[in-house]
Amino acid sequence: MDCNELVELVTAYLDGSLSSETRARFDEHLLGCDGCENYLEQFRVTIATIGKVKDEQLDPVFRARLLEAFRDWR
Amino acid sequence: MTGTVDESALIAALRTGDDAVFAQLVDQYSPSMLRIARGYVKSHESAEDVVQDVWIGVVKGIAKFEGRSTIRTWLFAVLVKIAKARAIRERRDAEHAVAVFTGRTVDPARFRPAGDQLPGHWKEPPAPFPQTPEGSMLDKELIAIAEREIQRLPEIQRIVVSLRDMLGFDSNEVCELLSISKANQRVLLHRGRAAVRQELEDYLGDR
Repeated sequence: MDCNELVELVTAYLDGSLSSETRARFDEHLLGCDGCENYLEQFRVTIATIGKVKDEQLDPVFRARLLEAFRDWR
Repeated sequence: MTGTVDESALIAALRTGDDAVFAQLVDQYSPSMLRIARGYVKSHESAEDVVQDVWIGVVKGIAKFEGRSTIRTWLFAVLVKIAKARAIRERRDAEHAVAVFTGRTVDPARFRPAGDQLPGHWKEPPAPFPQTPEGSMLDKELIAIAEREIQRLPEIQRIVVSLRDMLGFDSNEVCELLSISKANQRVLLHRGRAAVRQELEDYLGDR
């Protein structure tokens, strides 16, 4: 496995959806390649960073509209 | 995030028209519902209409809810259905974006060319990202960059990345919600994540 192949398989690797044979080649490549090890770690940091994005607070006017709709239905 | 703890109590309360429980669910889920709806429709106002329709649909259908899925899965299933219908009315073809991608997620110029001693290997290996303590300035900057890049992703990629990495749905749930194959889901997620990674790397490299 070359680096340019490995980078396309990172999500499949992290999801555990690679075949055992491909996973073994992925792991073997990682052992000897600092660049890909760093790339994988960058990818993990990226996923963690996306996970820290916060949703905006609900607009109070919109929130009131939803609660009113519920009261009307009830 | 997907626990079913005490959801039956919430459902029962909704059925009796409990305002406080409804408000709690609205506060808990509406912001992320708006985010996903916004991936389908043209404007924030449209997304609000979609989310309102979901809540109305949900309270009207509450008698029929059998608790086989979590409230969250149910909400997002209704959301995707309503948002898609609205997108079609707005003539936005939400489906066409589920195309087959063949491009690479890392610039091919970063790898050694054929004929090199080590073809396909990094010319310059990527550097590790620095440690960013929670709440530090850099941590906040990276989160802001990630959010901005997610907004720029093609809509279906944005929806998949949001569902998986922001809201914590697993791949099976996302495939079912969006009616896409596992392979397609994985490609969309990978491309979205890779685009965000590239932005973070550019930012960190320029500092």
